[in-house]
Amino acid sequence: MGFLDIANVTKSYGKLEVLHRVDISIEEGEFLVLVGPSGCGKSTLLGMIAGLEGISSGNISIKGRVINGVHPSKRNIAMVFQSYALYPNMTVAQNITFGLEMHGVPKPERDKALGDVAKLLQIDHLLDRKPGQLSGGQRQRVAMGRALVRDPDVFLFDEPLSNLDAKLRVDMRTEIKKLHEKLKTTIVYVTHDQIEAMTLSTRIAVMYKGYIQQLGTPKEIYDTPANVFVATFMGSPAMNVIPAKVVVTDGMPYAEVKDAKGAAQHLRFSQQNLTAWDGREILLGIRPEAITDPEGADRKSNNIVPLINDVIVTEPAGSDTFVTMSLSGKDVIARMRADTDVRAGQRFDFAVNMDKAVAFDPSTEERIKP
Amino acid sequence: MSAVSQDTAVNTGRIARTFIYLLLLLFALFYLLPLYVMVVNSLKPLSEVTGGNMMALPQTWTLEAWKSAWSTAQIGVSPTGLEPYFLNSILMVVPAVAISTVIGALNGYVLTKWRFRYDTIVFGLMLFSCFIPFQIVLIPMAMVLGKLGLAGTVPGLVLVHVVYGIGFTTLYYRNYYATFPTELVRAAQIDGAGFFRIFWRILLPISGPITVVSVIWQFTNIWNDFLFGVSFGGTSQPMTAALNNLVQSSTGVKEYNVHFAGAIIAALPTLFVYIVAGRYFVRGLMAGSVKG
Repeated sequence: MGFLDIANVTKSYGKLEVLHRVDISIEEGEFLVLVGPSGCGKSTLLGMIAGLEGISSGNISIKGRVINGVHPSKRNIAMVFQSYALYPNMTVAQNITFGLEMHGVPKPERDKALGDVAKLLQIDHLLDRKPGQLSGGQRQRVAMGRALVRDPDVFLFDEPLSNLDAKLRVDMRTEIKKLHEKLKTTIVYVTHDQIEAMTLSTRIAVMYKGYIQQLGTPKEIYDTPANVFVATFMGSPAMNVIPAKVVVTDGMPYAEVKDAKGAAQHLRFSQQNLTAWDGREILLGIRPEAITDPEGADRKSNNIVPLINDVIVTEPAGSDTFVTMSLSGKDVIARMRADTDVRAGQRFDFAVNMDKAVAFDPSTEERIKP
Repeated sequence: MSAVSQDTAVNTGRIARTFIYLLLLLFALFYLLPLYVMVVNSLKPLSEVTGGNMMALPQTWTLEAWKSAWSTAQIGVSPTGLEPYFLNSILMVVPAVAISTVIGALNGYVLTKWRFRYDTIVFGLMLFSCFIPFQIVLIPMAMVLGKLGLAGTVPGLVLVHVVYGIGFTTLYYRNYYATFPTELVRAAQIDGAGFFRIFWRILLPISGPITVVSVIWQFTNIWNDFLFGVSFGGTSQPMTAALNNLVQSSTGVKEYNVHFAGAIIAALPTLFVYIVAGRYFVRGLMAGSVKG
């Protein structure tokens, strides 16, 4: 029994089921991020927690109280919307205290709560302005202030940063994280941006086609993705997924891949139980940062495998240099240190950290567990 | 709501600009000509109207025609002037405009923010009412008014105009509120505001421009309506019916100066509404994306 329990929840519109048996349970103070591409059902799920969408079956409970059918204002939640949804005719101060006013909180208390929140978010000087006179970042703060002032059990964020420009988005992301560290509130946050998901969350639920694909800590999601979708959705550039054949030599499993010239190359797996897959096709998943030049390889790894291949193109990004090569007919991206001496067309010595490699069953696209 | 930019004019040279202004002035004068004729002739004694030049200024300025039109002219069978009918019109227009506008606003609010199954069909049917010619509903309307005991009364006329106006006012408000983000209503729901509170505190304060459109439209239509007034007015006929009786009387001398004065009196309230609220009219039409 967690703080927020989503138990066996489904959502259907008529005969069409858009959310299938969702089970999530989080503890007080957790930061849960629902992440997935558009149409995956993440916003619908958030709406169901908020009470803006009905629940077709299953239960959602906060602090052990089932809230199905409870009016949004009586669930003790607060929500920050993508468009901020600030009331255009009210001042910032009125916007922030509107909820308290509706709940019959007396004026002196409202003013005190407003003062506290304004100070916390550094918007004291904006209180008499209308939303139309604020910049995007300021509106964002006011929207958060409106949520904070209610002191709710659970905060709901619906893609709050997607309307901000890139730089401001990074700043506000840090602010939200700081705020969470400081206030230790329980947050459910919807985004389609996997970097936001990774940086903010204590736990991530990756959603796709109305299913929870994987629920876990950012590290679990990143290092041991449950399936090919999670592996390629999380991380930028995406994880390389390469068709490969398992070959067992001397009791050791190897992944056989073809280099640019069509010659077979063998990469030894760290995962022993893949010997059972001898002679069968799998999908080999390797993160770009697990493919480097030999000097840049992870010294803590027990299984660095050399790989010689042609460089197709290099993309210096300042902090890193991305190098593209071809394995088994697929473009594979490697992430090198910025000053690595590598040029397009060159035959280059790569180093693959096979400790970080994962294998997927090509028929189900599920990860083959060790 | 983003303001519609007024700065759409192309930059032109001084000569072209002078030419444009002259042309505009010419057209403005041309359009004002009928008003000039009416005002001028209403201020003349009858002999000057019938004997003189229609365009000429009065030789003897007099308000007699106005006084007569307002309080003593023969309307139908009694010499009451237009005064009682003018009051009838006011008593009819004010509640009819207010009620139809309020209902239109509520309809628009429900049809955009509290959507239900088949709401588009409901809206479609309401829109349909904008296209029904007045004449078709005369007989059924007469029967309904008779059953309700409202035949020939001002409340009866108010009912008729409210029913007829709801289609238009709903259309205006629906299209206006459709551009208003639904997330705001959701935020207000989470904040704990109910159906009417959201309407009153969040939507109405931003409804100024479209309310002006609705009020002007309804006011002009209801004030100028003749058919319903004459059909259902009974003993409490509105201004338009009275004006017709004044101008179309087939007995006695045609007092053109009185007719002109009466016609101006009948047109004054709509003129007044346009002058006061007209500049918001176009703005409201644009904001609601309703091309009038």
